[in-house]
Amino acid sequence: MTAVVVSGAGRVFDGGSGAGTVALTDVDLTVGEGELVSLIGPSGCGKSTLLRLIADLDAPTSGSVAVFGKTAERARKDQDYGIAFQQAGLLPWRSVRANVELPMQLRGAGGLSGRAERAARSAELLALVGLTDFADHRPHQLSGGMQQRVAIARALARSPRLLLMDEPFGALDEMTRERLQDELLRIRAATGAAVVFVTHSIAEAVYLSDRVVVMSPRPGRVVATLDVPLGGPADRVARGIGLREDPAYFERVSAVREVLHSGDAASDRVSS
Amino acid sequence: MSPSRRSSPPRRSSPPRRLSRSLAGTAGVLALAAAWEAYKALVPDDGWVLGEVRVLPRTTDVAMPHLWDMAARAAEPLTSAPDSPPLWLATLQGAGFTLGVSAVGWVVGVTFGLLVAVLMARFVPARAGLLPWVVLSQTVPLIAIAPLVKRWGAQLEIGTFDWQDWMSVAVIASYLAFFPVSVGALRGFTSPDAAADGVRLDLFRAYGVGWWTTFWRLRAPSSVPYLLPALRLAAANAVVGTVVAEVSTGLRGGLGRMIVEFGASASADPAKQWSPIAGAVLVGLAATGLVALVALGLRRYQSGDVA
Repeated sequence: MTAVVVSGAGRVFDGGSGAGTVALTDVDLTVGEGELVSLIGPSGCGKSTLLRLIADLDAPTSGSVAVFGKTAERARKDQDYGIAFQQAGLLPWRSVRANVELPMQLRGAGGLSGRAERAARSAELLALVGLTDFADHRPHQLSGGMQQRVAIARALARSPRLLLMDEPFGALDEMTRERLQDELLRIRAATGAAVVFVTHSIAEAVYLSDRVVVMSPRPGRVVATLDVPLGGPADRVARGIGLREDPAYFERVSAVREVLHSGDAASDRVSS
Repeated sequence: MSPSRRSSPPRRSSPPRRLSRSLAGTAGVLALAAAWEAYKALVPDDGWVLGEVRVLPRTTDVAMPHLWDMAARAAEPLTSAPDSPPLWLATLQGAGFTLGVSAVGWVVGVTFGLLVAVLMARFVPARAGLLPWVVLSQTVPLIAIAPLVKRWGAQLEIGTFDWQDWMSVAVIASYLAFFPVSVGALRGFTSPDAAADGVRLDLFRAYGVGWWTTFWRLRAPSSVPYLLPALRLAAANAVVGTVVAEVSTGLRGGLGRMIVEFGASASADPAKQWSPIAGAVLVGLAATGLVALVALGLRRYQSGDVA
């Protein structure tokens, strides 16, 4: 089963009088199970809007969105995805552990209602993101990068098969960012979850993705989809820094850059 | 990765800081006392008159008794009756009564204010409909409504429940106390909407939980930094409301009535009326202290915001 199928989706925001703003028009996107797809493009290209449609935080004005074969709304209510934003959005009055446990606590029906079960799961997740020693800290005592890792652990709390990420590393410095990219690849290898990843960094998109979807503004649309055949997440983690220096990696970065800069001209799917 | 900030919780008011703060408080009180006496010593008895207008008040012993005269008067008996308690004791009893009524008014006002705020946060039309009335309610002069409330209360008959006059005073106090709470709590409850990008609200929506769960887990805790100043204001309003309502309903037992009674005999016994005034200051301090205890209980929710 595919994780996400977006077909002919559009989103028009009412501008009060006359014609509205077209944020997104006629977008088709399919994300397979366990696949990592990046959405990249300049601001205003609708990449975040598209992610919000998949998350059912917003509804398309035309077309349809299906998540695991259900409507996006059903999938949201069934907690089929985990989500992380550019801002960690932790609750400052809760400890790191309690923040990770929040989704389990709110939706106990998923089988994690017991206090002991939750504690075991949050310990597991904090180990996964390397924050075991900070479980009892409060968010304001952590650096931005650490807060973002807590947010990722929280997104994984209910073991979703789909992870939606809206520029999760956008506010971090370059070194922290690269470390968290490796961490995301490792988490993906460990969980097998599909990921839709919004970014404005070409290097980040290529390094992480199986496929890069290039978008363009006015109106927001998909202009090209590029495959990134650099191996599965486990391979990439194993290669580590070597991958970032691989000519094949550079070649893909250049390809994405060319499509981004050629803008409207490249409307065909560019094969690898 | 190492933590960028210290890993132990920040310590609140270490002993030296607390000491310097209480020293500053004491210095402030002493400075006020010195200013009072200095003014009395320097300005002529008749004050300062420019043409027909008195620009500085009189400093006679009737208008401004010496502080030590006030203290001495407080130690003497309340009246010349043989079994009369000392004035300070009567004042403290009055202060206790006023504090009690204020506290009831505060609790009622805070409860009502929170309910109104929840209603306004939950239903946007309610916000548009209620908020102007909430603001308008505070423009009604207290002196005008106090006798009305007393009369309505006296007509109230609910089974064997007997409406007491002090309850009318508490209702009037709550009328002043609810206002800052409803406005502050509404701002607090809606603060997640205003937070950059509303990321926490998006998160709760993504969890597929309802309005009330979001309210208890997100909106209510987020409101605390807005709520605490409102609770302090409500406490001050409740005390002022109680004293004024005691005066205008003529309720016996509290400081308001004492201020009026002693003021009537001020020319014969000028130092006497300053005892209940000092008592009112004590009530205000006690009320602020009680709110500080509430704040202490909620300090988990006061910490700095995070991204």
